[in-house]
Amino acid sequence: MHEMSIALSIVEAVVAHAQKEGGVGISEIELLVGKLAGIEADALTFCFSAAAAGTLAGEARLVLEEPEGVGECGECGLRFPVNFYYAECPECRSLRITIVSGEEFLIQSITIDERGE
Amino acid sequence: MRGESKSMCNTCGCSDDGGAVLRKPGESDYHVHVDDGGAGKHHTHGEVERSEEAHHQEVHHDHHHDHDHHHHHEIRSRHVLLEEDVLLKNNLLAERNRGYFEAKEIVALNFLSSPGSGKTSLLETIIPLLQQRLPVAVIEGDQQTTNDADRIHALGVPVIQINTGSGCHLDALMIQRALHEMELQEHSLLCIENVGNLVCPALFDLGEALKVVIISVTEGDDKPLKYPTMFHEADLCILNKIDLLPYVEFDVARCRQNAMRVNHHLEWFELSAKTGEGVAEWLEWLEKRLKLL
Ligand SMILES: Nc1nc2c(ncn2[C@@H]2O[C@H](COP(=O)(O)OP(=O)(O)O)[C@@H](O)[C@H]2O)c(=O)[nH]1
Ligand SMILES: [Mg+2]
Ligand SMILES: [Zn+2]
Ligand SMILES: [Zn+2]
Ligand SMILES: [Zn+2]
Repeated sequence: MHEMSIALSIVEAVVAHAQKEGGVGISEIELLVGKLAGIEADALTFCFSAAAAGTLAGEARLVLEEPEGVGECGECGLRFPVNFYYAECPECRSLRITIVSGEEFLIQSITIDERGE
Repeated sequence: MRGESKSMCNTCGCSDDGGAVLRKPGESDYHVHVDDGGAGKHHTHGEVERSEEAHHQEVHHDHHHDHDHHHHHEIRSRHVLLEEDVLLKNNLLAERNRGYFEAKEIVALNFLSSPGSGKTSLLETIIPLLQQRLPVAVIEGDQQTTNDADRIHALGVPVIQINTGSGCHLDALMIQRALHEMELQEHSLLCIENVGNLVCPALFDLGEALKVVIISVTEGDDKPLKYPTMFHEADLCILNKIDLLPYVEFDVARCRQNAMRVNHHLEWFELSAKTGEGVAEWLEWLEKRLKLL
């Protein structure tokens, strides 16, 4: 299950950032997971809690934003929704489609807890 | 923890954590743990595991300490923008591997398919053809066994096995460690057989020059639609086992069209690793594309 190793690398990255920022915990992690990124959002969320247990991110809420796939036709320039299965231009039937959105896989932001003075 | 059936590390029974292990055919004593902190030394894993545990405990301890004894310090939250690629670390390591390959003029191919499509068979077919012309080495990825590495070893080329345990794909770190354990010659070909899986190996760049996805005619011709990410990421697709076409219901044209839908840059080859039909055409293309020989 590759979502587990991905979850572990997310935890590793956010914990490193939180430590660098002097945080004592992470309350939220925002991920951008494009619909075409090849990631099962449910499986990732499931693995995340196991991967984060006992770390600074152990209590963190995982928030997923899932941008839709958008393709651009190489012939006529039309932009239209794609889900990979029918990456064919609805206008000119071309198969020369470039994916312009939906492949994102980013850690957008984290919310860290800090000790007040 | 020495579960007989699960343990793949015969020497020390250490594999229950699912970490990747490097092995070499014919050297039963040899094994190296990929996640052991960089030294790549045999049997350092126990210490590493312990120190990781200690680290976790420290974190916990800090936490409790804060809550129990520092009530006067309020906890404030702060939003930090990262916009960091989740696979950043792997991608950076892959670029390092790529730099190493370029410096030594090594061409690395990453072979990807479902189990049984014929990755190892194809290597067995092409290696004797290529071997007289340039040095060839192989990295075999497999969850448990060294069977494939043994098959390659029989051809007389250097091979290292990465047993990924519960991991279902190779990553750039495993390759880096494997490279460390091999002495690759300059101007050579490195074939990497990934774990049999069409899902996540697509996400993990290893530093290869080309991703080669293999499907066989005993699978469905809609495979490219079922695993679009893999076909989208691949540079070329090989349709294997064409010797079986007369006996199976497989629409080659439709399969090719499905693959092109997902990736219109995809190069397409049809061959049989068993009879050798179509292999010369593919190697000719490879030679030209990579200025190999
Ligand atoms: N008929 C036929 N069988 C093949 C061909 N290539 C591989 N096989 C068989 O398919 C099975 C799986 O092959 P293998 O190379 O181990 O697949 P891998 O799991 O992708 O490495 C073996 O029984 C091979 O003999 C081929 O071109 N034609
Ligand atoms: Mg194999
Ligand atoms: Zn995987
Ligand atoms: Zn168009
Ligand atoms: Zn061991």
